[in-house]
Amino acid sequence: MAVIETRGLTKRYGRVVAVEGLNLEVHEGEVFGLLGPNGSGKTTTILMLLGLTEPTSGEARVLGLDPMREPLKVKAKVGYLPDQVGFYGELTAWENLRYTSRLLGLPEAEAKARIEEVLRRMGLWEVRDRKVSAFSRGMRQRLGLAEVLLKRPKVAILDEPTLGLDPEAAREFLELIKGLKAEGITVLLSSHLLHQVQEVCDRVGLFHKGRLALLGTVEELAQKVLGGGYEILVEAGPGLEAAFGELEGVARVEAEAGRYRVLASRDLRSELARVAVERGALFGLALRRPSLDEVYAHYFKEVAHAA
Amino acid sequence: MRREGSPWTGLWAVFFKEMADHLTGLRMRILEGLILLSALAAVYTGTQTLRQTVGEDPYLYLKLLTTAQDPLPSFVGFLSFFVPLAAIALAFDAVNGEYARGTLSRILSQPIYRDALLFGKFLAGLGTLAVLLLALFLLVVGLGLFTLGVPPGGEEMARAFLFLLATLAYAGVWLALGLLFSVLFRQPATAALAAIGVWLFFAVFFPILTDLAASALLLQADPFDPESQLRQANLALWISRLSPNTLYAETLTAVLNPAVRSLGPILITQLEGAVLGTPLPLGQSLLLVWPQLTGLFALFILLFTLAYVAFQRQEVRA
Ligand SMILES: Nc1ncnc2c1ncn2[C@@H]1O[C@H](COP(=O)(O)OP(=O)(O)O)[C@@H](O)[C@H]1O
Ligand SMILES: [Mg+2]
Repeated sequence: MAVIETRGLTKRYGRVVAVEGLNLEVHEGEVFGLLGPNGSGKTTTILMLLGLTEPTSGEARVLGLDPMREPLKVKAKVGYLPDQVGFYGELTAWENLRYTSRLLGLPEAEAKARIEEVLRRMGLWEVRDRKVSAFSRGMRQRLGLAEVLLKRPKVAILDEPTLGLDPEAAREFLELIKGLKAEGITVLLSSHLLHQVQEVCDRVGLFHKGRLALLGTVEELAQKVLGGGYEILVEAGPGLEAAFGELEGVARVEAEAGRYRVLASRDLRSELARVAVERGALFGLALRRPSLDEVYAHYFKEVAHAA
Repeated sequence: MRREGSPWTGLWAVFFKEMADHLTGLRMRILEGLILLSALAAVYTGTQTLRQTVGEDPYLYLKLLTTAQDPLPSFVGFLSFFVPLAAIALAFDAVNGEYARGTLSRILSQPIYRDALLFGKFLAGLGTLAVLLLALFLLVVGLGLFTLGVPPGGEEMARAFLFLLATLAYAGVWLALGLLFSVLFRQPATAALAAIGVWLFFAVFFPILTDLAASALLLQADPFDPESQLRQANLALWISRLSPNTLYAETLTAVLNPAVRSLGPILITQLEGAVLGTPLPLGQSLLLVWPQLTGLFALFILLFTLAYVAFQRQEVRA
């Protein structure tokens, strides 16, 4: 079942086109990545899904509901973590969530139990009585996720969740997102840091200037754009470029003094190793997931060339 | 397109949160201190002057509120000066403050409409001012009891209560103005300055302008035709009533001074049969200020509606 569905969704600010003709389907239980550089329309899309911005044309359905007509029902079931999430600095973490629970209309006892549960889960229970103004960016971000969970959402929409976090905090935060998926929550996340989030996304949509340019799993996109969904790094003797290139399924080989980068449509590690050993020595072999940054750069270079 | 669900969902959550913020905030402490000090000073001078006349005046407490002694203004004078400032101080960063802290999109992604947020904030400001005014008023009555030694009469209390209500309506106007500016200007400092500018205009420049207009109008009148003079005087009065300060001042005059029978020029023929100086009953005084009260209320509704419409059209992201 499609949890989020849009048809021809378009938003213009005067003459600026923020999002144009977006057709999207996000399935139940998946982590979907809305990726693209700054200003490509990710946040605008998210705001339209929550009924916080009115589309110029087209329509959106979230859990089967129209966010413009029934925003309260949508917002009761969809958790949202805005980019640059802010809290009331003069209130404690607990008080901030208490306010949210009141806005949600949760009864007193239930609210207290849920607040404790989500604060513990985000590792913030020890600092619950500290003023949020003293929180680090990472703690704020986790408090934001705690607030999302307070709702017991069916869908979580996270806008630039790793922005401003150091690499370690970002990795931990991505782990927390995987935890949401394990719980059965559908996750829609946006980011301009393609390589950073590509690993947690089941499927991604690549935005370019308000249009959804590419849609699919990372492997599918790499296959389509780079001609190979698998990137294999080989360290071996010199002069093997041609031999590697003759193997079936190899799309491209780049060589540099005994280091080879092979793009292939399937996992060719054993074949490559055999060729290398037959003709000399093999020093190293590694399989890398292709980087979405590369897919993006390559695709739009091609598009620009074609135009 | 029709929206489903009540616009009031979450109103009370917003109200109580904002009210708690106001009552515990530093800003409120400062205001309380200021108002308290000036009120005490005013009441002190009031009681000093009134001690001599205790027992002769049936409306001693109303006098207490309105007696001024140079260089200090009366309690009422102080209030009409401070209430707009207090209201602006409570509202100038209501909406732009949420943008600045990055909390607006988070709050609006909860199942509430913007209506509830704006209205809750307004009600909380009004509630806070009501608490403040009531506390001040009780203090004044307590001090009066202490120094004058006579309890206030029933009608006196009713009039004082009406005075509080009128003050609250007046505060509502400035609160709505502060709220409007907090929607229109992204910088809280800009909003505060703009609101104080409007207040200064009505407190200082508007009376000068209306005086000028009044004399200009009178010059135009035929000096030998009293009817045309009366017409011009009335016109000048109506111009001065464009200010909330005039409306409030007129309301207070009639409510706190039962002897006042008219808020404009009257002809000697209209006074035929009237016993001058006798107090009007409360109902008559209320009737007298009804248009002024309605005017204040209409002004507040207008400002709030403007704020509401502007807020509805705004983008949620900063
Ligand atoms: N309120 C607005 N008025 C005018 N243009 C806007 C407004 N909000 C966003 N935009 C424009 O819409 C485009 C998409 O913005 P956004 O959705 O924030 O992108 P992203 O989240 O992918 O960085 C940008 O070009 C931005 O300048
Ligand atoms: Mg964005």
